[in-house]
Amino acid sequence: MTFSAPNLLFTKRTLANGLDVIVHEDHHVPIVAVNVWYHVGSKNERPGRTGFAHLFEHLMFEGSEHHNAGYFPPLQQAGALVNGSTNTDRTNYWEVVPTSAIDRALWMESDRMGYLLPALTRERFENQRDVVLNERRQSYENRPYGMVMMALSSALYPPDHPYSWMTIGSADDIRAMQLDDVQEFFRTYYRPSNASLVLAGDIDTERGFELAEAYFGEIPAGVRPAPISAAAALRSEQRLVMEDRVELPRVYMAWHSPAMFAPGDAEMDLVGDLLANGKTSRLYRTLVYELRMALDVSAYQGSREIGSFFMLVATAAPGHTLADIVAHIDRELEQVVSDGPSVEEMERSVAQAEAHFMYRLQTVGGFGGKSDQLNAYNVLRGNPGFFTEDLDRYRLATPDSLREAARAYLPLNRRVMLSVIPRGQHALALDGSTAVTAS
Amino acid sequence: MIRVDRSRLPEVGADPPFTFPAIVRNVLPNGLRVWTVEHHSVPIITFSLQVDGGSGADPSGLDGLAAIVADMVDEGTGALSAIDISDALARIGAEYDAEVGADATLFSLTTLTRFASRGASLLADMIVRPSLRESDFTRVRQLRLDRLRQLKDVPSAVAERTFLRLVYDEHPYGHLSIGSDSSLRQVSHSDVASFHGGSFQPARATLVVCGDMSHDDLLRHARDAFGNWVAAGDGADGGAVAADVEPRLAPLATFAIVAREGAAQSELRIGHLATRRVTPDYPSLVVMNAVLGGQFVSRINLKLREEKGYTYGARTGFDWRRGVSPFALQTSVHTGATADAIADSLAEIQAVRGSRPPSDTEMQLAKASLTRGYPRGFETAQQVARSVAQIALYGLPDTYFAEFVPKVNAVTSANVVDAAARYLDPSKLTTLIVGDHSAIAESLRGLGLGEPQVFPVEL
Repeated sequence: MTFSAPNLLFTKRTLANGLDVIVHEDHHVPIVAVNVWYHVGSKNERPGRTGFAHLFEHLMFEGSEHHNAGYFPPLQQAGALVNGSTNTDRTNYWEVVPTSAIDRALWMESDRMGYLLPALTRERFENQRDVVLNERRQSYENRPYGMVMMALSSALYPPDHPYSWMTIGSADDIRAMQLDDVQEFFRTYYRPSNASLVLAGDIDTERGFELAEAYFGEIPAGVRPAPISAAAALRSEQRLVMEDRVELPRVYMAWHSPAMFAPGDAEMDLVGDLLANGKTSRLYRTLVYELRMALDVSAYQGSREIGSFFMLVATAAPGHTLADIVAHIDRELEQVVSDGPSVEEMERSVAQAEAHFMYRLQTVGGFGGKSDQLNAYNVLRGNPGFFTEDLDRYRLATPDSLREAARAYLPLNRRVMLSVIPRGQHALALDGSTAVTAS
Repeated sequence: MIRVDRSRLPEVGADPPFTFPAIVRNVLPNGLRVWTVEHHSVPIITFSLQVDGGSGADPSGLDGLAAIVADMVDEGTGALSAIDISDALARIGAEYDAEVGADATLFSLTTLTRFASRGASLLADMIVRPSLRESDFTRVRQLRLDRLRQLKDVPSAVAERTFLRLVYDEHPYGHLSIGSDSSLRQVSHSDVASFHGGSFQPARATLVVCGDMSHDDLLRHARDAFGNWVAAGDGADGGAVAADVEPRLAPLATFAIVAREGAAQSELRIGHLATRRVTPDYPSLVVMNAVLGGQFVSRINLKLREEKGYTYGARTGFDWRRGVSPFALQTSVHTGATADAIADSLAEIQAVRGSRPPSDTEMQLAKASLTRGYPRGFETAQQVARSVAQIALYGLPDTYFAEFVPKVNAVTSANVVDAAARYLDPSKLTTLIVGDHSAIAESLRGLGLGEPQVFPVEL
């Protein structure tokens, strides 16, 4: 199946202060998406000072110098949808507003880029620190298997590697944060030269640039932070076990894999589909459908800026052991490495990838909408128009390139194997596992 | 050159005009309602088939049957196995989903327009002619039993299950769509066939087709795929209609806890049954909810999250159904803050009934966030199909979308207080905690709610 991707037409200009501005017109619905990426995430933090980037995202909603009150009311009053998120590599903020409220959205977005610190009081800081500690309890500590990524991140990466800690940060680090550390963080990273703005939707291109210049042009550029680099490798298979408040044991298998957009990244994404996306996938079909050894199985390429991980997860059905499941998965992996996918599997996988590229063109705003994609391509590739090239990475993949990627990146003797077991039931873990805890 | 004035926020201009999608209603000779909506932005088409009879139609003692039947729909049809169906869907890049509601089940398939014909015929084969094989049934049921076992460790799922049970008691709405361990074990293969035969009838279904084609072409795809659907089974009805059963309203406030020793947070639900989705007070109730807990800047979220720092977030809402629907506050709070969070929540629910009527600012904020963002919900074919399916589910008029904004804008602060006073009754609220009982028992005594009834973690 082939089709031509519709062009995601846009215009990009860079303001004198270094802020990239990208405008995309789509007049189907009278709304405009405003999307800002700051090229800062938890990878820009240091050990002992984790959780900054994410806590900072919260503070960006508490007010700025000229609007010294909550960020939400004036925008919700205008009918906007507002949100933000932080990951290892970037922090994004967005509003989707009726066309009539674009001035207000840009005024607010620019005010917090240019004038946040005068409004950042100790009280606001301490309150949001509590909110974040609650978020941590709700989303990680009080959730089954919620602490797994913490254990896996520390196993995959050495302690000074910026992916060895979680974006939410350690609870101790969050409690120990000081207001002046946070202010310094803002001065370093929240600068036009480290940001990218997309306006997408019911807006005329020239008008978009005029507004962007008016609201953002006056903000001092700042120094673009140096890129982060760090390396990590596994030399052997590490077997770990973690107890949790769960009913059934589950195994997580993790490997290092090529960074986002690097050669092999798209192949590993497709290997994930081949193994565990949908009932037709090899592991679902055998483990869940035919053998009924597992309740669920998933596989995915976690693409990140300076290095990715590939993860396979399976939950044992009652009466089945993790060892049997792993033995089966390993045989399937060996099969992929020796024979690769069939032509039919390849066609199906690429067809799905192509359709999903099309589905992503349906919304102008929000996480994953067109404005967010343009910013992702601009910040991570320096080219908002990377859409077609991105799709081509999938179209050009072959059974051989998948086989080769699986051989190179999924070795059975260099990986992390984490068993998560119901409390006290150590016999359910894989043999030879070392106990770990995460808090 | 635009001059930026930072001394005040820019005003928001007049709401831009927006034309809501036109729905063309047709009925096929077999009784299937086919509603078509043109949506021209991306070459995508969505088929959403809504079948009457969701989890509220589960026969007594067989909670979870409707959801199992929905699961069985993509387990095989004709010569195709579950694997073959999955393969066929993948080959046209289709997204397929079955969503079991209290009153109906919505089956949706989205694909590229050039695969519309294949997508429609696959969906029809799955819905109308599922294989319903016993071996597939056994596997699907076992997966659901195992899933239930896992949900015992998910505090929000435990809270949902227990809350529904407390407010609805034995009513057909009083369970999760997945059912319970004991009810799933009672479900047999023959129950699946008889539920399918009874519920899955063209005259009990509405097919919404929305996509980048003319109405005629959308209708043609529907007719080609579903035109030969004839009522199957023994003609038995699709089970009790939950919406018609009047629930027994709890006479008194209920205070309950599900003990989860060592829990890092307490999961809370506070609410009771309120009214039906079709109530004429709907506009007042949605504004009331927006003020109280339906948005970020609502009273409850600002109090519990922004002022007190007890939680990552708190919200209220109506879980709308055709029949009497519950209102509930839901949040997850730091264990040590449990009693204080409950006290603050109860005080806010009490206050909106009259002692602290919504201010002009609150009213303006609530109404603006409900109305000004309304067109945003019509951006994708799936969104449009979903909204149109709601019109079918509740029997709303075609003019519903166009009337929503003016109706909400007409709501006054007095209407909100009146609606709150009539539909929220603090003396009948069910307050449920899923949390560390021994750690908070002492602090709960100060609430004046009495000793909580203790329930086991049960699913």
